[in-house]
Amino acid sequence: MSEWGELPLIFERSKAGRCACSLPHYELPKGKVPAALARSEAPRLPELAEPDLARHFSALADRNFGIDSGFYPLGSCTMKYNPRLNERLAALPGFADLHPHQVPEDAQGALELCFRLQEALAEISGLDAVSLQPAAGSQGELTGLMLVRAYFADRGELGERRKVVVPDTAHGTNPASVTMAGFELQPVKTDARGNLDLDDLRRVVGPDTAALMLTNPSTLGLFEENIARVAGIFHQVGALLYYDGANLNAVCGVSRPGDMGFDVVHFNLHKTFSTPHGGGGPGAGPVAVRRELEPFLPVPRIVRREDGSFALDSEQAKSIGRVRGFLGPFGVFVKAYAFIRVYGPALREMSEAAVLNANYLLSRLKDVYELRYDRLCMHEFVLSACALKREHGISALDVAKRLMDFGIHPPTVYFPLVVPEALMIEPTESESLETLDAFVEAMRRIAAEAVENPELLHEAPHDRPVERLDEAAAVKRAIVRYEFGESAPASGQPAAST
Amino acid sequence: MGTGYLALTDADREAMLAAIGVASIEELFADVPEQVRLKRELELPPPASELEVERELSELAGRNVSTGRELSFLGAGVYDHYVPAIVEAIVSRPEFLTAYTPYQPELSQGVLQAIFEYQTVICELTGMEVSNASGYDGATVAADACFMAAHATGRKKIAIAETVSPQVRQVVKTYAPGFGLEIVEIPHSGGVTDPEALLAASQGAAAAIFQQPNFFGCLEPAPDLARAASEAGALAVAHVDPLSLGVLEAPGAYGCQIAIGEGQAAGNRLSFGGPHFGFLAAKKELIRRMPGRITGQTVDRSGRRGFVLTFQTREQHIRREKATSNITTNQSLCALAGLIYLSWLGPKGLRELGETCLGLAQLAKSKLALPLAFAAPSFKELAFRLDRPAEEVVRAAKKKGVNPGYPLGRDYPGMENVLLVALTEKRSPADVERLSAVLSEVLA
Amino acid sequence: MAAAENYPADLKYHSEHDWARIEGAEAVFGITWKAQDMLGELVFFQPPAVGATVTKDGAYGEIESVKAVSDLVAPLSGKVIQVNDKLQSAPETINDDPYGEGWLVRIELADPAEADALLDVEAYKQLLVEE
Repeated sequence: MSEWGELPLIFERSKAGRCACSLPHYELPKGKVPAALARSEAPRLPELAEPDLARHFSALADRNFGIDSGFYPLGSCTMKYNPRLNERLAALPGFADLHPHQVPEDAQGALELCFRLQEALAEISGLDAVSLQPAAGSQGELTGLMLVRAYFADRGELGERRKVVVPDTAHGTNPASVTMAGFELQPVKTDARGNLDLDDLRRVVGPDTAALMLTNPSTLGLFEENIARVAGIFHQVGALLYYDGANLNAVCGVSRPGDMGFDVVHFNLHKTFSTPHGGGGPGAGPVAVRRELEPFLPVPRIVRREDGSFALDSEQAKSIGRVRGFLGPFGVFVKAYAFIRVYGPALREMSEAAVLNANYLLSRLKDVYELRYDRLCMHEFVLSACALKREHGISALDVAKRLMDFGIHPPTVYFPLVVPEALMIEPTESESLETLDAFVEAMRRIAAEAVENPELLHEAPHDRPVERLDEAAAVKRAIVRYEFGESAPASGQPAAST
Repeated sequence: MGTGYLALTDADREAMLAAIGVASIEELFADVPEQVRLKRELELPPPASELEVERELSELAGRNVSTGRELSFLGAGVYDHYVPAIVEAIVSRPEFLTAYTPYQPELSQGVLQAIFEYQTVICELTGMEVSNASGYDGATVAADACFMAAHATGRKKIAIAETVSPQVRQVVKTYAPGFGLEIVEIPHSGGVTDPEALLAASQGAAAAIFQQPNFFGCLEPAPDLARAASEAGALAVAHVDPLSLGVLEAPGAYGCQIAIGEGQAAGNRLSFGGPHFGFLAAKKELIRRMPGRITGQTVDRSGRRGFVLTFQTREQHIRREKATSNITTNQSLCALAGLIYLSWLGPKGLRELGETCLGLAQLAKSKLALPLAFAAPSFKELAFRLDRPAEEVVRAAKKKGVNPGYPLGRDYPGMENVLLVALTEKRSPADVERLSAVLSEVLA
Repeated sequence: MAAAENYPADLKYHSEHDWARIEGAEAVFGITWKAQDMLGELVFFQPPAVGATVTKDGAYGEIESVKAVSDLVAPLSGKVIQVNDKLQSAPETINDDPYGEGWLVRIELADPAEADALLDVEAYKQLLVEE
């Protein structure tokens, strides 16, 4: 049992009559709200003085773990160091206090930054045109598929082209995006080396295929060795290739999606270009496309006029429209651009370090955890705790939870689905050899503990604010807000269909 | 060679390559076929030091006219409210800033509890029973609400008032084809939505969406609109300004099933339009239709209270192509700023803030000798009718250091002469006097 | 407490791990021990409406655990005449007693002859071995 006590909710610290706020009191006429529209019952917001507010959130921060807290090898999430310079720059008043409806003449610096970021992303992806608008990787993905849809609609082929091919190793967002964009999912298998199964691919690709969605390197951390042939199979039937940029950190400056044959790419600025994840967001998911798809990009477009000034262009007849408010998550653009400026062409060294770190960990762990595809990896790799499970009843989850006792954030577990008891490990370029060695030692010791003292692993973690939580009870009891002393709300019932 | 963000020394690299059993880093990329390799350097500006990057970006920042450099009355969806220092101090804590989505609850109780508290605050503001952990922005949550409604009702039509923010309507239209939705717009009448028109447009619709206060700053007859939507069998969806909810009724109290909105005004700086957050709350029967993360309360093995991401089977990583949405992230840090801000305000501060906005609007009505474009009551934005195009007036006033507002003609043909003026507590009565003086000069 | 693995001999089985107990012109549906074991602790049962038509091999509802959600596949066709309401508050009953208290729906059979195509207990056990 750890020494952490239960932390009160902010509502439990609240006392009527207290208030942290400090607002100006102007001499003003009284404005009126018609009685029928006026608030009848005040919302029960917390009532605390500012010192207690500070302590409450400080205590919450103490119960959280970020990259600055320790090693965070969460596969496919690219948890790299977030340079503090970038925070300072995004907070500059000229950026942070700039209203998005400001006239373009008075927002030239912001527009130029966006334009330069677009150019950098075009070069890194090897494609022609960029839209920064999508709010996150998942929205970038959906935007990419909307572009595919608009492209085929424009050619009068949307009726036939119903299917989007997605490998069985894909992130769950891929199939979800396929559905949301109005396409049908066509799964394709992975072969014994972890590449796309070309025979299966040739069988499923045809005139009804709209696109392939591929992460390269894949979620197994493997580069698709047949990428040129794969691209050929799709382009031969007139279909497009979509690149999920989740794993771009492996190949910056080494190989560009455009050169691999992809037509649409989305980036995760919060992965590859180091903008902080913030406990689940904000992110940014710009898309880059080949020239033929440019007319369909979201509006407004940021364009450079002949006189060198920057402007917004909403007059794009074939555009899919707007996918989010304004130009996108601008504060994230500032941070990503600053990161790209620090590296410049040396982004390649960043990717090399990420790949070196991953291969080093792989080489030192593959004798104690199984490796399904015995190849060199790219920026991440997937081990399996299958043998520990079979022989000692220790699951990937137990390994993950025990890592917390060593001050390490667990890898991604149980993904990709094609590897049972998966542990997906991505060290990123940020880590020193000492950190990597400490992780290796922890992982090897856990494998030994699985034999000697399995109970220790089942009970892990041991010194966190909570032990393992009852997730089934969370769904069944459905307490999703503080109840203010009311009775527990009943479990959510499905809404009636009409 | 390298940057301060990389830790490996030459000796480290040698030792690591030896452990791997390869001779060079190049060999690690052996699986990348020759024909797809980049055989040159990336054409990017050369690496720059921290100081140089700061200098370069400061120069870009300096070319923007921020709200500190002119007296700005711009609003129209994003508002210049005061952000207290405590908000930025807390969201800068690296344990919040540099964490990923809270997949591992034992390491993430801080952000999970914060989301639980955020969900509670949003429910309290909107009068709803469940809230997700936030969405991308006030526009995308409207698209989310459309999907929820379509799933819940089995209907494919969405009725949306023309007085809803143009960007919100545009995003809904962009999402519609993939989901097979038909979008019908309800024209306004005197700056507000007629309940009869909404009732007619909502026949057979999954949802009817209106905005309170609406894009023109007018107060809609929201309870009547919600009633009309329900009468047509459509879910009533209100898009609301969170900071209005100390003085304006909660959507849940007048019969809405879903409440959405842009959260920026609560604790997030303008930042040229993002990142901000959207909120999405609903009645509890819709919980399984709700996209995005949801945090729930549970217990650990020792019976201690704890928080987890819950109802995850709605989500893409389990449901894949059958998920309620493809959303993986929320806007955690922006929503956290919202929670801190609303906790700073408390119920008393929220009401005071609302009254200040109402009072400033009242003051502006009397000080600006200009006719209002619409007779309906307002909250913090006023649409004034000018005798010439608002764009011209904006340009002329900016020369005198005042940005008087947003020309509605940008979105509404026929409203070229209408100027939308936003009043937050950051504008003082003296600022309103100055606006009045500058507009008088410009319009003279 | 989860039940021990067992497959009653009086039931007919569908290859998607659903069972049917035929009682004259009616049948009761549920999921097998194997199905509840694969899903883990169940937290939610989304039933069809009483009066709804279900079609053999088609989805008629959903069942949800913390980590997975699964369509319920109808072993036989017919009309829903009763739904096990107890499962709304205690879905884990399906884990505890998959063939008894954890039944899901009762239907009026459209075509009793359809049952001939279902597996008997030996054939179902053989299927589990092969899987």
